[in-house]
Amino acid sequence: MKDKSFSELQIDALQEISNIGLGHAATSLAEMLDRKIDMGVPHADFVSLEKVIELIGGYEELVSCVSLELDGDINGLVFYIFNESSTYRLVDMLMGLEEGTTVELDEMATSIINEIGNILTGAFVSAISDFTQLRINTSVPIFAFDMLAAIFTTLVVAMGRPDDDSVMSIETNFFREDKQVNGHFFLLAEPESIHRLFSALGIEA
Amino acid sequence: MDLSRSVSDIHVGIGEYKIALSPYRLVTLGLGSCVGVSLWDPITKIGGLLHIMLPNSREFTKVVKPEKYADLGIPLIIKDLVRQGAGQSRLIAKLVGGAQMFTGADKKQLFNIGERNIEMSRKILKEITIRIAAEEVGGNKGRTMYLNTATGEVLIRTIGKDIKVI
Repeated sequence: MKDKSFSELQIDALQEISNIGLGHAATSLAEMLDRKIDMGVPHADFVSLEKVIELIGGYEELVSCVSLELDGDINGLVFYIFNESSTYRLVDMLMGLEEGTTVELDEMATSIINEIGNILTGAFVSAISDFTQLRINTSVPIFAFDMLAAIFTTLVVAMGRPDDDSVMSIETNFFREDKQVNGHFFLLAEPESIHRLFSALGIEA
Repeated sequence: MDLSRSVSDIHVGIGEYKIALSPYRLVTLGLGSCVGVSLWDPITKIGGLLHIMLPNSREFTKVVKPEKYADLGIPLIIKDLVRQGAGQSRLIAKLVGGAQMFTGADKKQLFNIGERNIEMSRKILKEITIRIAAEEVGGNKGRTMYLNTATGEVLIRTIGKDIKVI
């Protein structure tokens, strides 16, 4: 998976599918919270590991990550990464706490982040599945709160694709009233799965 | 030793190795399930740092970068160290990393790579008869690792913990 192997048309299609997927994710989140949640227009692209690290902060940046394994027509991993401040802000937002209240991840906060990640990724995956008619199963979520590079490389390695140096990344923002949280959503999939995704969208890879 | 970024720090990327002479310091950032292998010759004060991603290249049909794999990367860096003046029998190894980063993982092989990286690194070093002087491995925290080529000391930084020297 190299950046150059994807056409503008394919990137546009990913952008569109991200919009649909994340739209559903925001709706699910709003339903869970019984509050209005808005979403910024997501930006989808295929990026290198270095670029990912640059986008989110740095190798040692403290981030939270919720990941689900996919199988069926798409084999791979989806995961959500929030940086430290967005993680805390997300907990405050969802608990209806004043911003700045949460300053560490206790057990309660961890389970909230886990649940949010699960809902967001679950809604994203089912939206893609409905839209493309591809069969995609998700596993139970796994969670980490640690150095960005340590988390990211562990997931890349777990996929058994150490020579793929780029992943599909979707950057997005969630808003509640005037509060904003930045999240980065990633899809790490086998080339055959990406091909299948494009085919289902009517684009030949 | 000062941990702020210094001009004498040489960054070792993911799935790479670098070799340096005293007083340079080699650093690799954010080891998760990956393992950092440092090798150092106390006489010539030449040192090397390798960032391994996977244990066994034989599980893959195509190997682009041998440095990524413990079974190929360790012999490769040792050969290069010797070529650059290190005495193979004097080399001292230290291992860092190989963590289980995620909670909720059902201990499947998929997320067991850290442990396998550690085991394979030990096995390969033993085969080449290189002594492992110290380890800081396993657990569930990401680690940053520095090798000071002047002293052979390895520093480990972990989020929320004190710096550890091995």
